[in-house]
Amino acid sequence: MSSDPNALPPNDERAAIAEGEAASTEKRVTAELTEVSGRPRSLASDAFRDLRKNPIAIISAVIIVILVVMAIFPTLFTHKDPTDCALGRSLKPPSSEAWFGYNFQGCDIYARTIHGARASLMVGIGSVIVVAFIAIVLGMLAGYYGGLADAIIARFTDIILGIPLLLGAIVILSGFKNNSNMWLGLLMVIAALGLLGWTSAMRIVRGSVLSARNQDYVQAARMLGATNWRIMTRHIGPNAMAPVIVVLTIALGSFIATEATLSFLGIGLKPPWISWGGDIADATARVRNALGPVLFPSSFLALTVLAFIMLGDAVREAFDPKLR
Amino acid sequence: MGKHSTDQSVIEKASAPGPDDGGGHLLEVRDLFVEFRTGEGVAKVINGVSYHLDAGETLAVLGESGSGKSVTAQAIMGILDSPPGFVTGGQILYKGRDLLTASENERRAVRGKEIAMIFQDALSALNPVFTVGWQISETLRKREGLSKKDALDKAVELMDLVKIPAARERLKAYPHQFSGGMRQRVMIAMSLAQQPKVVIADEPTTALDVTVQAQIMDLLADLRRELNTAMILITHDLGVVADVADRIAVMYAGRIIEHAEVHALYKSPAHPYTLGLLNSIPRLDDKGKTLRTIPGLPPNLTRIPAGCPFNPRCRYVRDVCRTDVPPSVSLGEGRDAACHFAREVLAGTLEPTRKDPEL
Amino acid sequence: MTAPALGEPLLSVSGMVKHFPITRGILFRSRIGEVKAVDGVDFVLHKGETLGIVGESGCGKSTLAKLLMRLEEATAGTAVYDGRDIVAAKGGELRRLRREVQMVMQDPYTSLNPRMTVGDIIAEPLIIHGVGGDRDARVRELLDLVGLNPEHINRYPHQFSGGQRQRVGIARALALNPEIIICDEPVSALDVSIQAQVINLLEKLQAELGLSYIFIAHDLSVVRHICDRVAVMYLGRIVEIGSEDEIYQRATHPYTQALLSAVPVPDPDAREHRNVIRLTGDVPSPANPPSGCRFRTRCWKATDLCAQEDPPLIPREADPHPSACHFAAQAEHIID
Repeated sequence: MSSDPNALPPNDERAAIAEGEAASTEKRVTAELTEVSGRPRSLASDAFRDLRKNPIAIISAVIIVILVVMAIFPTLFTHKDPTDCALGRSLKPPSSEAWFGYNFQGCDIYARTIHGARASLMVGIGSVIVVAFIAIVLGMLAGYYGGLADAIIARFTDIILGIPLLLGAIVILSGFKNNSNMWLGLLMVIAALGLLGWTSAMRIVRGSVLSARNQDYVQAARMLGATNWRIMTRHIGPNAMAPVIVVLTIALGSFIATEATLSFLGIGLKPPWISWGGDIADATARVRNALGPVLFPSSFLALTVLAFIMLGDAVREAFDPKLR
Repeated sequence: MGKHSTDQSVIEKASAPGPDDGGGHLLEVRDLFVEFRTGEGVAKVINGVSYHLDAGETLAVLGESGSGKSVTAQAIMGILDSPPGFVTGGQILYKGRDLLTASENERRAVRGKEIAMIFQDALSALNPVFTVGWQISETLRKREGLSKKDALDKAVELMDLVKIPAARERLKAYPHQFSGGMRQRVMIAMSLAQQPKVVIADEPTTALDVTVQAQIMDLLADLRRELNTAMILITHDLGVVADVADRIAVMYAGRIIEHAEVHALYKSPAHPYTLGLLNSIPRLDDKGKTLRTIPGLPPNLTRIPAGCPFNPRCRYVRDVCRTDVPPSVSLGEGRDAACHFAREVLAGTLEPTRKDPEL
Repeated sequence: MTAPALGEPLLSVSGMVKHFPITRGILFRSRIGEVKAVDGVDFVLHKGETLGIVGESGCGKSTLAKLLMRLEEATAGTAVYDGRDIVAAKGGELRRLRREVQMVMQDPYTSLNPRMTVGDIIAEPLIIHGVGGDRDARVRELLDLVGLNPEHINRYPHQFSGGQRQRVGIARALALNPEIIICDEPVSALDVSIQAQVINLLEKLQAELGLSYIFIAHDLSVVRHICDRVAVMYLGRIVEIGSEDEIYQRATHPYTQALLSAVPVPDPDAREHRNVIRLTGDVPSPANPPSGCRFRTRCWKATDLCAQEDPPLIPREADPHPSACHFAAQAEHIID
């Protein structure tokens, strides 16, 4: 591609201003004053504008918003108590009273699926916060300082990377069995996923810090005598964050899936938590008799994971500097 | 380099009998329109460009970024990215045949064999994972059906032709092992592999240092003499144009605003934009004090101003310029300019309507 | 048209050397050589003048700028400004020196942080150096000074054209009222019609603010236009230095002559009688420069003496400005 199409100024308003200004030539004809678009527009706001035009982004964002509302206010969606189970209703098919039917224990599947969103999202968001913290600190140090710091962090990352996330989480969670406190149990799952799942995010942080570090504007700041802290927070950070946001969004989806897997295996969240993974596990044994108890939580799980991955992809597209 | 108008007419006549209505020109672009359809709107990148080229001559297409000079070349080569680029009108006649309506097979037969292109950035135009010898000989094997050995021998010949020293030893070298100037020579060798009649050189020396640039321009001039290849030289460098071109077409906002024999154009431009460009460049042979600038910026191609596209920046703007698109005025001797007041600009009798901008 | 008497010396650079080590191996790095990017450069910048530094890519001119800006640490040498050595300065002294020497970078598209407003970009030097007062007013004043609309203070760089961005870069360099501005190819990324606007701006600012410029460029026409004195670099050294007139009219170094002769002149009538000196071959690798005179491998005058003895940069008989050639002589009609 030649430079010509890239040279197209990004805003329609410009030419209009240019014309208007040219018509009144008596205005101070400051050399290039004429051609600046109407409003201040940051790259982030441009990216957001693009996102709003992307149907995939809108669909996944709507799904995620519904899930979040579901997690915070499950009673908006159902008045039933998910723990109100009666064996008499065991495996009853869907009806107007219970939209998804009842499971083997005779609990309302719809109510349980709705209430299960909270655990999934808490684990997903919690582990992503841990991952973001570790990945950004280590990635910044490795990418910005390079040399010895980079070498040490790289070896450490390789070690963690050698432990498969699922296997590592199983080992940690079965090693520290805890049945007393439900919140401690949740924290354990978050910690296990967070402490093992940061490696790819850290590499992305490191890579984008490395490329941002060599940009001219960072050199310019250094020439002005800016401190390392200022350079990292004002210059490198904001410019290196886009790919990190993308990878974290996608990771959120995959952590939710992993949590479900752990709960399915019986070592993730335990009752009284209501977890899609646990419910799927309970229902699997009788899947030949009743598909519903497996199908509904599985669909919600798949939809949630998909929504985050799609949103991540849409954000990647919106931030892609090649399109700007 | 000495052959100018007199020789030129001879060549024109010699190559005259084209099949249908080519008008005798080797290559002719007629009233070409190209637009880019992007999220920001439709950018009218080429708006009625016409030019022609005869055997053995060099036409310089001069313009700044966004003027459409490269897009025209891409349209000729059939390598326009589509989408977003679409040819919306006009003809590109090669030996009288319209390339735009030709089948993809026909176009492929023309591309490389009849019309070849040299790009600005040799490093990205060459494939880093293949040896230079392999890349030069590839077309010869694929298109000319030469054996591997014959193709490599021919590649050595071509590398000798473009004066790459120790050609045979360097067949096995990779592009990154060459200097910028040598890579540009490799690319020229590749473009010459099938002895094209027309070479389009898109900013061939912009990325190079002056001494190397002089070498490459010499090489292109020699090749033109030896092989009688016609050349379209796309550039923004008024110095390079003055050095090698026979004729020059100046582009602005997707139009050719002035077209003239090169000596005539530099002596007295007939379009205010050309005049402004010539006044705005610092010259090695003349240390002036303040450069006379052209104020403002080239227009946004999604919203080209009404009337003359140059009117917001023109020192000589009149009311008619803001309303009517100036037609191309013929000024004699194959010279024309798209300005309502071309004759007056040429004669130097037009009064400016604007003061020079302060900074 | 030459500059009147030179002003007082402002910055004295001497013995500047920068060697980049070439290493091999990942775990155990071994040094297998060094790239002699800058290899012994001396010059003096006078108050109020523009010193051009020209040369082809790889000659070390940009590295020299980085050394003066302390983006790279010099291997050896001093750069004395106001009695203080920029190369050796540390901490508070370096910060004070940074206020006096600023830089305009080549590429206006990469030298401004795309996530900051131009107001923040121009204010950054003020914040870093703790300049108090009404920063907003100062930024507006600077925008106006470089010919941009002060109302555009909250715009982002991508909303400006290349020439406008370069003006923002210039405003940033001016923010701390420096004495010296190093311009590293400030117009080479711009379109022809925009180049002239920026060159004129730089000249206007120099006249108004009494600035001294070190103007690094490969475009000899631009350098002639704006510079009072010119230094020509080749493979990490200055091969010739003198007033604009001495270099462009009475050059005595063969490399300078070749460089000047190769510049295309925008005048088609000149092509018949232009006398281009055709240099053969490429610039040798700075990792392994030729013995003696570095230019000898491409020089038509080279003899055994050139291979053995490194010609010093001293005034020569042919013309009394410093030239690093054993056979310094003027050439005829390089430029008309």
